[in-house]
Amino acid sequence: MRGKSVLALLSRWGILVALVLELVFFATRSPYFFTLENFENVLRQNAAVAVVAAGMTFVILTAGIDLSVGSLVALTGVLCADAMVGDWASPTVRVLTGCLVGVAAGAACGATSGVVTTRLRIPPFVATLAMLTIAKGVALHYTDSQTISGLPDGFADFGASLWPVAVMAVVYVAAWISLTRTAFGRHVYAVGGNAEAARLCGIRVDRVLLCVYGLSGTLAGLAGVLMDARLGTGSPKVGNLMELDAIAAVVVGGTSLMGGRGSIWGTLVGALVIGVLNNGLNLMHVEYYSQKIVVGVVLILAATLDRFRSEAR
Amino acid sequence: MLRASGISKDFPGVRALDGVDFHVRAGEIHALVGENGAGKSTLVKILGGSLAPGAGTAELDGEALPFGDAVATRARGLGVIYQESTLVPELDIAANVFLGQERTRRGFLEGAPMRDEAKRLLSRLGVECDPRTPARGLGVGLQQLVEVARALVLDARVLLFDEPSTALTDEESRHLFATIRELAARGLGIVYITHRLDEVFELADRVTVLRDGAAVATADVRSTDRQTLIRWMVGRTLEEEFPARPDSSPAEHDVVLEVEHLGCPPFFEDASLELRRGEILGLAGLVGAGRTSLGRAIFGAHEAARGEIRLSGRRVRFRHPSEALAAGVSYLPEDRKRAGLFGELSVEENVAMPHLARFVAHGLLDRKARGAAAGEVAARFRVKAPTMESSIRTLSGGNQQKALFARSLLSEPEVLVLDEPTRGVDVGARAEIYALVRGLVDDGLAVLLISSELEELLGMCDRIVVMREGRTTGSLDIADATQERIMELATGGGA
Repeated sequence: MRGKSVLALLSRWGILVALVLELVFFATRSPYFFTLENFENVLRQNAAVAVVAAGMTFVILTAGIDLSVGSLVALTGVLCADAMVGDWASPTVRVLTGCLVGVAAGAACGATSGVVTTRLRIPPFVATLAMLTIAKGVALHYTDSQTISGLPDGFADFGASLWPVAVMAVVYVAAWISLTRTAFGRHVYAVGGNAEAARLCGIRVDRVLLCVYGLSGTLAGLAGVLMDARLGTGSPKVGNLMELDAIAAVVVGGTSLMGGRGSIWGTLVGALVIGVLNNGLNLMHVEYYSQKIVVGVVLILAATLDRFRSEAR
Repeated sequence: MLRASGISKDFPGVRALDGVDFHVRAGEIHALVGENGAGKSTLVKILGGSLAPGAGTAELDGEALPFGDAVATRARGLGVIYQESTLVPELDIAANVFLGQERTRRGFLEGAPMRDEAKRLLSRLGVECDPRTPARGLGVGLQQLVEVARALVLDARVLLFDEPSTALTDEESRHLFATIRELAARGLGIVYITHRLDEVFELADRVTVLRDGAAVATADVRSTDRQTLIRWMVGRTLEEEFPARPDSSPAEHDVVLEVEHLGCPPFFEDASLELRRGEILGLAGLVGAGRTSLGRAIFGAHEAARGEIRLSGRRVRFRHPSEALAAGVSYLPEDRKRAGLFGELSVEENVAMPHLARFVAHGLLDRKARGAAAGEVAARFRVKAPTMESSIRTLSGGNQQKALFARSLLSEPEVLVLDEPTRGVDVGARAEIYALVRGLVDDGLAVLLISSELEELLGMCDRIVVMREGRTTGSLDIADATQERIMELATGGGA
């Protein structure tokens, strides 16, 4: 019994423990690692993927998946950048318009995935895979695969500040309140846990799914804007494979791919575990390809931990 | 030949089995009975090798059983026919019979000999079929026999049947019983797990009763009776199973629900009924007669193609269960696990899920209000849970069902459709549910009770409507209703 409770405790807080161990480990390896500047850096670099992962958490809680978010970051990024360049209005107006365009485009694409999967009864895997290639194609076509530069200076300053981190924090707090304290959030859990039971409880399952994919797209749009800000340009090539990083963050955070179980804070910690890992390995001068291997191994460890958790219950 | 001693198993927080001793002789049919949660399924899983026990031993013909290894257990001669089919639907009968023990020559499958052997085994079980038929299309009864054949391929000497008749029609059950007797006569040891006492007396030679994880008694079936078994199962004498009806007849009350020539192909064709306030109307019929679909159509979970539904005289047309709930119609689905429970969520959330809108203030859930309302209705239904925050999965089947009852009543409906409300619920909880339903009905609720158990219908209902092949074929007042009359209407067979 005692061994079991240690295991249960470990699996409950395991991800957080892993994060702390990671921090300690890298702190002993690199003098620069444990500095405020580096932490700011890690957060800034991972704000966009964390925002995408927040949306992904909703989707995965309904037992769905959204493969399109990486491409949507690229598409909304270029649309946002395109609205910001030129001289058609004052920089402030252009920046605000750009942000709005990016987020709105993401919402529209996400909602489209939602309609395709609920109305045409196409599995989300396929519906969002289609959206992935369409969005990628549109982004490349729209820009002729060129990078859009010349964004207003203030926007790049925003990207270099801690504001993107603040945006991420707001997204997570809002997502947390929504998942735990609103009817919609509980319906997300219900739909993912047992869709048929949810329907018989009078929950409009299709509507919940539509909202969830719309939300995922919206947050991908927001992430597209954040990427533009960080890079100071709009490129159709950003966001490549970001959907997989987001899914990894959600899974490492302990949310079940079967739906109905998980938490938004788990996702945030999951995103940080991966972000810190990449950062630390960078500082240790581990090359990019080896980093990928390490992240893969961490993913397996996290999933194993999660299996213990479901068995301990 | 099969001898288990001191079998114990702990799950987090519960002792599922507590030193169970149990043995089966060659050629006997040994029934294992007990309420839900008594530990029957756990014992089967342990003996079958799919779950390792915490303590204890078991031997078959003097050889220890390989605990925790289902494949080796099967090879040792102990076959289990589980409640749920373990056939691969896309494979044909022969492939399923030889699944995991395929005969090969130089690495290639020997199709024809396996098919012949499968055919021979099945004909010994009284089934003539083409072994190339895919398992997908087989009826539940036939699927079970294919599983029996699978065990026989390995020369099983003991067969465990885990509540096999639950999903069978009467005809299929009779065939299964005959087959089981035949197998026992050939010297196999049979363990037959059930919670239907009728079957014990019809089939078994000896019976062992499990209660709260312990084997409380083993007896010769001939030297015991129903009352004794029930007393062993629940540990007390059960009073009258069904509550008394009130003196006044509901026939004078207002009609709340009228269904007129409702059709919803391909589920059912033409159904009509009338339900009054303070009345329990039974809906009888064979499996496949369309009763569940009619219940679901009334609740808006199926959209009817024709006919009409009137609620207190007003015509309604629900396109979604949420509209039915808003109009005062509630529904308890028949398959608790598949269509009722949110296994990952707490009791409180399970109870309150359909009515969250009621607990929203300024866009946020008022969890205190939700907890209070859910707690109140759960207490009224005597849901026994450690706390309302406990996972619904930790509750026994009966308490899960009571929690779902509480859910369906949280909206204070006028009409409640109950679909097999006591399926998989133990005898004690069953009597409680009956009493609660009766109390609600006496307070004016109208209940449509769909049930396959004629005793339940006759014991609870004021009137019974019978369906056959998608049509309502008659309505019986309880005073004139007998099992025979109901079956006549249900099968169309004239007397």
